[in-house]
Amino acid sequence: MTVIEARGLRKSFGSTIALDGVNLRVEEGRILGLIGPNGAGKSTALNAILGLTSYQGELKVLGRDPWTERDELMRDVCFIADVAVLPRWLRVSQALDYVAGVHPRFDRAKAEGFLAKTAIKRTRKVRELSKGMVAQLHLALVMAIDAKLLVLDEPTLGLDILYRKQFYDSLLNDYFDRSRTIVVTTHQVEDIQHVLTDLMFINRGRIVLDCSMEEFESRYVEVTVHPEQATAARALKPIHERQALGRSILLFDLKTDLKLDHADRSQLAVFGDARTPSIADLFVAVMGNQSDQTQGAAI
Amino acid sequence: MNTQSNSVSQSFEANGKAPAAMLATRPVYWSIRREFWENRYLYIAPLAVASVFLFGYLISVIHSPGQLRTLLVLDSAHNHEDISGPFDISAALMMGTAILMSVFYCAEALHGERRDRSILFWKSLPVSDLTTVLVKASIPLLILPVLVSAITAVMQFLMLLLSSLVLLGTGGNVAPLWANSPVLQMSLLTFYHLLTAHAIWPAPVYCWLLLVSGWARRATFLWAALPVVAIGGLEKIAFNTTYFATLVGSRLIGSTAPAASTDVFPSNPMTHITPAAFLASPGLWIGLAVAAIFVVAAARLRRYQGPI
Repeated sequence: MTVIEARGLRKSFGSTIALDGVNLRVEEGRILGLIGPNGAGKSTALNAILGLTSYQGELKVLGRDPWTERDELMRDVCFIADVAVLPRWLRVSQALDYVAGVHPRFDRAKAEGFLAKTAIKRTRKVRELSKGMVAQLHLALVMAIDAKLLVLDEPTLGLDILYRKQFYDSLLNDYFDRSRTIVVTTHQVEDIQHVLTDLMFINRGRIVLDCSMEEFESRYVEVTVHPEQATAARALKPIHERQALGRSILLFDLKTDLKLDHADRSQLAVFGDARTPSIADLFVAVMGNQSDQTQGAAI
Repeated sequence: MNTQSNSVSQSFEANGKAPAAMLATRPVYWSIRREFWENRYLYIAPLAVASVFLFGYLISVIHSPGQLRTLLVLDSAHNHEDISGPFDISAALMMGTAILMSVFYCAEALHGERRDRSILFWKSLPVSDLTTVLVKASIPLLILPVLVSAITAVMQFLMLLLSSLVLLGTGGNVAPLWANSPVLQMSLLTFYHLLTAHAIWPAPVYCWLLLVSGWARRATFLWAALPVVAIGGLEKIAFNTTYFATLVGSRLIGSTAPAASTDVFPSNPMTHITPAAFLASPGLWIGLAVAAIFVVAAARLRRYQGPI
């Protein structure tokens, strides 16, 4: 089942184009990471999916138009739009009462179970909790909702690495199953590399990369090359090169490069240790090429 | 309620269907609870005013118990106003508190959630914008009149009890006091007056404030008052009349509401209330129609609004 389907999604704020014809398709049971630089249109795309903003183009979330059928959609969709959006005056017990009261798919016992694993006391107000605890509380509330789609927009911004790790661990272990779908955006891409099933890069309102993580792993290869072999390696047309400790680190795209195909991983191995790059490195490579292209076009 | 509602939601979950009847009323109930969690002054302020007044009243009856006794031995009908004086003052004070709370509540209602970014949390739950705005409008239009009248009734009953104790202690007769202070009747009249003259009649003013609170980024009062000043000023300069300013002012203080026909204090038992005339007055329905437009506009506006 297709959970999100967008065709030619556009949104502009005055003369600023936030979404410039986005096409995307997310199937049930996927965990999609939407990665992009600041102002790339990530939040606008998510807001459109959540019915928080109007848009041009075609968009269906769980078969519904999120802008006109938002009230119905919110029974099946849940989101954490940002860290620290829980009202500061709210007590933990009140948060449980309220969500249990208004959400027909909320399992209070489950939320209490999640909270029992944390140090959060039921009588505390949100303002008395640390930033990490607020994120834990919000996640506990959201995970206890039996939603078909969960959208997380920078859910761990400003949290230390322990809380971030725990956040994604509980999301994977206690929440995710093949009937649910998660869309997440974050700048801390290293946190989610092993969480995602699908990866999308967005830049200047356009999707510039869209692949599954299996594809990512088979398609992109990173090789650290000795200086004397660098010229030979460069002949194989890496998509990106960077220097570290006097060596060149080259990133290859096995799909688009004409000289290479999947069998030619061994050809790269002669230069050194061939491995799957981090999402962050691929991101830098793709975004770097993007800006080169625009600069080239401008010249 | 919690355990009960929880088991309800669980049993529905087990059935795997979303029941329409439950969805209609429960978000309303919990949205009202939310308003009282967020705005604790809604009950603290009237309770505080009532407590302070009670304390003052206690001092006055202890200080001069003779005064009350002298009043009571005189012709009771003649002295009704002297006896009911403190009761009228207490009712007036509570009504004033209710109006102040309503005005400040409306100016903040749709602003606070945008300022603290919590609108993103509220919008992640299946409570529609219209439900949220209607609940917020119901606070000044219905809930505060009920709540403040109830607190006023309890306060006046305690006042009666206090004076009776003092009278008994000093050997007086309490019968005339109780005869002249029909607490139940006064309370119902207070409620009627609060609801008609200070909630339903000024509904367009409250709903206008609500709408502006959902639109303005800051200085809600300024943006709410500016059009009134502008239109009023224009009218004054162009036609040398003040109809608009008078209209808004009288709506706000409820002075033109045709809710009673006698010119005595609204909770005085001598008041002749005219609910039929109130319901039949075009001003009421025009005002409610304008208020409804503001509420619907505020709900539409909330769809587009995010944190500020």
